[in-house]
Amino acid sequence: MMLTRFLFERIDRGGWVFLVLLGLAAVLVPVLNLAVPPGSMFHVSNTAVGLWGKYMTYALLAIAVDLVWGYCGILSLGHGAFFALGGYAMGMYLMLQIGPRGVYAHPTLPDFMVFLNWTELPVAWWGFSSFPYAMLMVALVPGLLAFVFGWFAFRSRVTGVYLSIITQALTYALMLAFFRNDMGFGGNNGLTDFKDILGFNIQSQTTRAVLFSLSVLALMAGYLVARAIVTSKAGKIIIAIRDAEPRTRFLGYRVENFKLFVWTVSAVMAGIAGALYVPQVGIINPSEFSPANSIEAIVWVAVGGRGTLVGAALGAGLVNFAKSWFTGAFPQGWLFALGGLFIFVTLFLPKGILGTFTDWWKRRGESRKPPTASPASQPAE
Amino acid sequence: MLIDPMETQLPADPVKAIERPQVVTQSLLYLDGVSVSFDGFRAINNLSLIIAPGEMRAIIGPNGAGKTTMMDIITGKTKPDAGDVIFDGQVDLTQLDETAIANLGIGRKFQKPTVFEMHTVEDNIEMAVKADRTVFGTLFSRHSAEIWRRVDELLGIVRLGDHRKRLAGDLSHGQKQWLEIGMLLAQDPKLLLVDEPAAGMTDVETGATAELLKDIARTHSVVVVEHDMGFIRELGVKVTCLHEGSVLAEGSLDQVSADERVIEVYLGR
Amino acid sequence: MNASTRSGLDSGSGTLRPCSPPPAARDKDIGPIRALSAFLVAALAAFVLILAGPARAQDHAALVQRFATESFNDIAGAVNGLATSGSPRAAPVIEALRDGRLVYRAGDRQVFIRRPDNSFVNALTGEPAADVGTTRPVRLNNNVRRAIDAAVGALSLLHPDPARRTSAAEAVFKSRDSAALAALDAAIGQERDPRIRKLMEEARAAVVVANPQAAEADRIAAIGIIQRRGDQDALAMLGSLPATTPPLVREAAESAAVGIRRTLAVWEAGQNVWHGISLGSVLLLAAIGLAITFGVMGVINMAHGEMVMIGAYTTFVVQQTIRTVAPGLMDVSLFIALPMAFLVAGAIGVAIERLIIRHLYGRALETLLATWGVSLVLQQAVRTWFGPTNREVTTPSWMSGSIEIGHLAITANRLAIIVFAIIVFAALLLFLKRTPFGLQTRAVTQNRRMAGAMGIRTNWVDAFTFGLGSGIAGLAGVALSQIDNVSPNLGQAYIIDSFMVVVFGGVGNLWGTLVAAMTLGIANKFLEPYAGAVLGKILLLVFIILFIQKRPRGLFALKGRAVE
Repeated sequence: MMLTRFLFERIDRGGWVFLVLLGLAAVLVPVLNLAVPPGSMFHVSNTAVGLWGKYMTYALLAIAVDLVWGYCGILSLGHGAFFALGGYAMGMYLMLQIGPRGVYAHPTLPDFMVFLNWTELPVAWWGFSSFPYAMLMVALVPGLLAFVFGWFAFRSRVTGVYLSIITQALTYALMLAFFRNDMGFGGNNGLTDFKDILGFNIQSQTTRAVLFSLSVLALMAGYLVARAIVTSKAGKIIIAIRDAEPRTRFLGYRVENFKLFVWTVSAVMAGIAGALYVPQVGIINPSEFSPANSIEAIVWVAVGGRGTLVGAALGAGLVNFAKSWFTGAFPQGWLFALGGLFIFVTLFLPKGILGTFTDWWKRRGESRKPPTASPASQPAE
Repeated sequence: MLIDPMETQLPADPVKAIERPQVVTQSLLYLDGVSVSFDGFRAINNLSLIIAPGEMRAIIGPNGAGKTTMMDIITGKTKPDAGDVIFDGQVDLTQLDETAIANLGIGRKFQKPTVFEMHTVEDNIEMAVKADRTVFGTLFSRHSAEIWRRVDELLGIVRLGDHRKRLAGDLSHGQKQWLEIGMLLAQDPKLLLVDEPAAGMTDVETGATAELLKDIARTHSVVVVEHDMGFIRELGVKVTCLHEGSVLAEGSLDQVSADERVIEVYLGR
Repeated sequence: MNASTRSGLDSGSGTLRPCSPPPAARDKDIGPIRALSAFLVAALAAFVLILAGPARAQDHAALVQRFATESFNDIAGAVNGLATSGSPRAAPVIEALRDGRLVYRAGDRQVFIRRPDNSFVNALTGEPAADVGTTRPVRLNNNVRRAIDAAVGALSLLHPDPARRTSAAEAVFKSRDSAALAALDAAIGQERDPRIRKLMEEARAAVVVANPQAAEADRIAAIGIIQRRGDQDALAMLGSLPATTPPLVREAAESAAVGIRRTLAVWEAGQNVWHGISLGSVLLLAAIGLAITFGVMGVINMAHGEMVMIGAYTTFVVQQTIRTVAPGLMDVSLFIALPMAFLVAGAIGVAIERLIIRHLYGRALETLLATWGVSLVLQQAVRTWFGPTNREVTTPSWMSGSIEIGHLAITANRLAIIVFAIIVFAALLLFLKRTPFGLQTRAVTQNRRMAGAMGIRTNWVDAFTFGLGSGIAGLAGVALSQIDNVSPNLGQAYIIDSFMVVVFGGVGNLWGTLVAAMTLGIANKFLEPYAGAVLGKILLLVFIILFIQKRPRGLFALKGRAVE
């Protein structure tokens, strides 16, 4: 009942369209992939399911980035770290599911550990053969890292570009660390050669279709959580912090606590996105921590429109679709296009596609009919 | 006092245990020997000031006299190098940050009007209204008729009722000043620090602002920093003149403006 | 191969390296064994030429004949005899023996040297010998090999080339062969160069310490000499005394070793500081331009690393041009590349400011994103233009080689970069302090709006500052091209470290940048031995992340109301 009230009061029209489309995709894509024969024009190819599934996890990451950047003004150049940590947690579970089927056929140890002549599982890996534990870690590890990092950073009022730079240093340090073999996470090669998840073959098309649907559902859930936060009174304060942080303090709000809250929620969301990403692409390695990845996620949000949530998800889809197309058609051209996109969006489209569209729509509405109340919160009058 | 003591988050008892003299315990705000310097420049130099409960005080002084820095110190934005800043006879403000000080009941209006430009006028007021300020309290807060009654009331006081749905960023300069005063009232503080409320206002608006402040002063303690002598005269309260970070003269406006040193400072030597 | 020969060869390679390698061999090893044997052959040949004299021919003939035997003792005796004979033919004979190329005809006890092309020469005369018939090789055992090494050492100790004498003394120090004692004494008596004499005395001391027959007092005195030498070799020498050493000598050796370790630790710290300063000056060069733009404009230029990269590629292009147009100018190519790199990178910087950053004034985070876009475009442009692989940049001869101060090895290219960094820093400091433009820049750094109100054209200052910062990055690129691979990713490798320097040092004060760069450089080098290069870097990043919590505006931050 609370949920329905929430859905009807706090989701705007764009949000509804977004949710309905996603819901349709979650049902139709697996059906069109599995039940419709490959020859039919309605058939969705296996490649497309994998690709779109990946886009869904990127879209969730984009929403996480938008939550902190678009609403709270924190430009994180390190969200890829939370994504990758979630991915690693999932990857560790998947590694332990391989069991004796590895190349070295060791009953418990993953291949890379056997190769390094290790005789037992490092402490960090304990418990990862249990799916619930691994899922807990997917949320807990990025969440905890974000909490500790944010607790220090926000308390000492590190803001603006300084914060951006140290988030970048964070993900860079993690990348260097994960490249090391003795960290115990597979070094350069990372974790790969997964066999199955919860007993289902990870290569089978049914599993992949289910993973796709789960990614869509996670995206919908992520959107709803983010929307719930930004439309609450806390959301107003978060936006107030973005626009005038000192003023919010003088009003008596603990700015650092609000920031810490959105920051941690966002990191957990990114971690979940990473966890869904890994079984669909079949590998996780330290390059996921590379600062360039995190910055790329920023441009998805910038293109779609920051502070719009739906736009962020849209941007993730569009940019990655463009990337897939470019790497096929002009592999040399992609970095030019991406670089150009960064410049173009910041110069000419600061509100992103969705923000610009919404402005245009509003202006159009205003010129047609007399001004009406904006759909903001309802006063008791 | 008319105002209920407010629940606040204090770090481990800011020097509450110390026995303080009566002059401290009976004042609302007590500054003694406060100094602060930035890179060798002494912005505040051995400043002492006492505001009694319920008092309204006007602070004047030329540019660079340290008026805004004094407000920064009281509200916790700047930490003094030396001196005592005691609120309500017992709380050492130098140990607290802006948020804690705001929650103790000290509200501030900035020299440059600072409102949340991307929020509507009514949302600006709503955020300021005294209520649960924790993350989870605001996250799960329900629509409260009581709060919104208060918002309506305040919008009436600051005459922005017709503009309640507009974005605060679209308001005129004077309207922003009023909105900020409205937000200050919404906090229901014991002490209001008002920095140049009449700056950039028309004469009519200035008069109205003076009336409003006098009205507020009936139930609150107020410190007003202002350049406009006409405005100060209208307030008709005790005046403190600051110069180079310390108090130059104190008394009624007539006394202060007759003071030779004040004249010298204002007219140059 | 037996142990003493091995150690002799190793010592050769160890001592060969510090004395100026050929310019082509920058930071590379030329196979040490091959180098040593080439050197020995040359040494012996030269020795022979000098000491050649007919009076000794008779002697020589008898000595050479003694090789025609199956008795190892006789062979060893022959080696010793030949070595001290001073005969011009001694060196090739001993050399051939060492390589197993000395043969004799059993019938007439004639001794021949088999040359690598399997022809023979008469060992006695050095003349080609045709139709040698059946021969047997002169046999070798460890005893003989030791004798050979000592002989080679003794022959070299008197060599006219100081470098040869130096290495010969070092070789004896390593081998500690008492057979060399006589030769050493003779050499010490003749030696004019005090440094080489000191080495020889040290070698003699090593021989004495290791010699069980020497008097205890002599051995302890010798330990004193070795302690004064005070390097790793001395430490190794003192640590490998035979088990039969008397306790008094052993005690002296142990206390000497403790002393050496203490001084070595100081030298090692010194070496770390030097490497740290070297790294710090690289960081300073890379970060200082960034610090200026960040200080003045409050924007982080993510394309700064690409400016460094462009500077390095400018060096490459300049050298390419010189190679085809005026090869003689190669040694001054860097001096031509410096202004070019400054201009090219500076011009690109001004273009970026005018075309992009100007429109994003006051939006620091957007500027960061836009300049990241620029960096992607520049990287890809260079990759398309010059290819993705490393381009080779030549090091001028004056930047090759190294010098030694005490136990510090100082390479010329690092030294040049440190000097260059100091010059750039000082020039920039002077520029900002003493020129009208510098005054305007500092004014804008401290209070942009006030500066604008005073009539300073802040947008003009912005463009120029950005050009200046980028130009300096270009200069850094020229310097980096000398120590790093010139590839499109060059800038990326330095950008995060540069950020750390700027964040650590704070803005608005060049000294902050200097202190931060040097601190990070030295800390990095001190952490490396304990934590490894990667972990050391991680530790530093974590340290800075924590540091920034304590001082969010860096070491040397501006204070006051203008900051907000």
